[in-house]
Amino acid sequence: MINYLLHRAFFLLVSFIAALLVIFILLRLLPGDPANALLPSDATAEQIMEARAKVGSDQSLGRQFVQWFARVTHGDFGTSLVSGIPVGPEVASRLRITVPLTILSFLISLVAASAIGFIAAYKNGTWYAAVLTVFSQTVIAIPAFWVGIIFVWLFALRLNILPSGGWPNGGWSNFGKAVEALILPLITIVFVMTASLSRYIRSSVLNILDSGYIRTSRSLGFSQGRSFLLHGIRNAYVPVVSILGIELSSTLLGAVVVENIFSLPGLGSMLTKAIAQHDYPAIQGILLTTTFLVLVIGFFADVLQRILDPRLRNQNQRGG
Amino acid sequence: MKLKNKPTLWVAGLLIFSLFAAQSGFAKGQNDRSGASPDSTIVNIGSLYEPTNLSNTQGGGQGVNEALSGNVYEGLFKLTDDGKVENLLAASYTKSADGLSYTIILRDGVKFHSGKLLTSADVKASLERVVAPGSLSARISSFRNVKSIDTPDARTVVFHLNNPAISFLYHLAVMWIVNDDGRDFRIEEDGTGPYTLDTWNRGSSLSIKKWDGYWGAPAKNSGVVFYYFTDASALSNALLSGQIDIIAAVQSPDAIAQFENNPKYKINNGASTTKELLAFNDRVAPFDNTNVRKAIYSAVNRAKLLNSIWGNYGSLIGSMVPPTDPWYDPALVNANPYDVNLAKSLLAQAGFPNGFTFTLDTPTYDPHPTVAEFLKSELASIGIIVNINSISADEWYSKVYRDRDFTATLQEHVNDRDVVWYGNPNFYWGYNNPDVVKLVSEAEQANSTDEQTQKLLEVNRTIAREAASVWLYLYPQIVIAVSNVSGYPINGLNSQFHSYNIVKTN
Repeated sequence: MINYLLHRAFFLLVSFIAALLVIFILLRLLPGDPANALLPSDATAEQIMEARAKVGSDQSLGRQFVQWFARVTHGDFGTSLVSGIPVGPEVASRLRITVPLTILSFLISLVAASAIGFIAAYKNGTWYAAVLTVFSQTVIAIPAFWVGIIFVWLFALRLNILPSGGWPNGGWSNFGKAVEALILPLITIVFVMTASLSRYIRSSVLNILDSGYIRTSRSLGFSQGRSFLLHGIRNAYVPVVSILGIELSSTLLGAVVVENIFSLPGLGSMLTKAIAQHDYPAIQGILLTTTFLVLVIGFFADVLQRILDPRLRNQNQRGG
Repeated sequence: MKLKNKPTLWVAGLLIFSLFAAQSGFAKGQNDRSGASPDSTIVNIGSLYEPTNLSNTQGGGQGVNEALSGNVYEGLFKLTDDGKVENLLAASYTKSADGLSYTIILRDGVKFHSGKLLTSADVKASLERVVAPGSLSARISSFRNVKSIDTPDARTVVFHLNNPAISFLYHLAVMWIVNDDGRDFRIEEDGTGPYTLDTWNRGSSLSIKKWDGYWGAPAKNSGVVFYYFTDASALSNALLSGQIDIIAAVQSPDAIAQFENNPKYKINNGASTTKELLAFNDRVAPFDNTNVRKAIYSAVNRAKLLNSIWGNYGSLIGSMVPPTDPWYDPALVNANPYDVNLAKSLLAQAGFPNGFTFTLDTPTYDPHPTVAEFLKSELASIGIIVNINSISADEWYSKVYRDRDFTATLQEHVNDRDVVWYGNPNFYWGYNNPDVVKLVSEAEQANSTDEQTQKLLEVNRTIAREAASVWLYLYPQIVIAVSNVSGYPINGLNSQFHSYNIVKTN
């Protein structure tokens, strides 16, 4: 297991550096010059040269990357070209919305999807299992932003029971209002997320119900439910865990979209604005943070899977 | 059987929980609207222009002016919502006979929010801050005309100019007087206005609160919160659901319909200064030919374009001058009338009977892509083929504005009094008529506003006659507010939003 962890951690580091390089290069391919943000409307040639030197856009790509990488490893995300304010603290403050939103909606979706997936599988063949299955398949096809728009229309504009978007002045210190502001974004993500997760859980539970060990357990006189509790659940979640990792990552990225619909000052709205303004340090800071989170989630999902299923551990030890 | 029911219970539980959460939200929302809460005199304003930082010389953007100009910071003079220049921190002023120096006496007893008394040294420092290297102030070129500043005593400032400048007081009206004691104005403030900065939550809101030490009439509300949205429909939803009281400037015509004929809201159709331009590069062929430019102007049905973008709002202009500028001439609206036959004959006279092809550099944000498509189809009728080249705002700045590497482009120009750019042959569009250059310069050095007005009227007529650009339409300036709110500015001149007279009744 230790071997595996080391191996996996090394892979994590390599992927992270590769991702940094890709992010860096892709941004440099955008047309325009980040130095523009520092120039008045009647800039002279000298001012332009000065500004380019200041943001480093007059240097070679390789040099720019090395300098950036060195700073990032020291925890310095740089200063926004547009506002002149450090990027790191802003990313941190944005995470205070994105992270709770992601984790909470993930957990709620997991519970709801488990319920739906379980009923759909366990009651396979009944009309309500069919309804649940059709429902989750339909919802998967609906983009999150559209669900968000419908929810705003229904809960904020028609029923007028929830705010349509925005974040209270004062943020989390105005706790009640902050929670209110998160309810619609939360149910938007949960709605979309539950649908896709429940499908995985359903098919996994179906496989387990068909398996030899459940049949054996039944033949020993245990009820269907008891057999499943004893032997089924753990096994059912082994394939689901890796999916959960991917889904948690996509919730994080989905939150980015949803934040824009609801005007929440999370990472998502910061990213869209930074891209529009060509603010390299800000874009890099955000992408770096989300990439890191996604890679770490993948890492933990892998590890968790091996904890749940001893066979995978042994396999790896023999192989490694 | 028991086990089978459990998941169903979970789902039911979740549903009940979300209903409960929604209900408590409902109760809270109702309280907010009852007017009983102490927040009732806080005015909530929705805007799309979040400041990038809090400084107007460090690239804070138009959001800074909207939230802080006149509210937190004040100038020596004040630009009123109807475009007049009045004394503000200046108690009085005198102009020398040659027009080369202005002596300004400061109002007595004005304090900064930090408690320090305003002196002439602060005024000098504030101007130096605008023209300092690295300043991103849009007004930098207007202040390069200042040769020196004397501060003979704490209440007297004397500005010495290189050339007479009749717009000098107007420019001073948009210059903030700050207590320049080394603080970082990107994140802090020290102004003299009726409000102090309260909190700035980057990405969502900025609040200002009434300041008790203000020298003048105190604000009529206890504070203002500017809520920032990234999306125009989210902004109108916020007004519909009662989160905000006012939309400072509606940017999407789709948003207006839902407030029309609803007594709960008031739609104010103010005077805008934002012009949508098809700007040619007047230096290069074929746009160095006046007849080509006029042909294009006459080939475009501007009324149809405006209507398709803004419905019944907005207005047509025939030049760079909006009706709020003193040198506006209403007759120019039809200086280049929509007339396809006229367009064809002008094109033939210019030597292009079969038309030509050109590339239109089009910023990717609204309304430019729509306008570009419209122009493409209109110009096709006189044989001109338009290739639309979509570019980002940033690329526009590099390619068009800085490098002048373009043939024609679309852009919105927001400021009042900006017809003077046609007197600068080095400006990006490269219009160069020596008469206009001379008139603009003489207008600035005029001894009276009448003389200035006459000169700029002539400029106005000349550029319209020569179709220096195609001025497609004037944007509407629309403020929508709930009907129990009053006292807000409706013209939003220079992106200001003076908030101190706003009153909310219950």
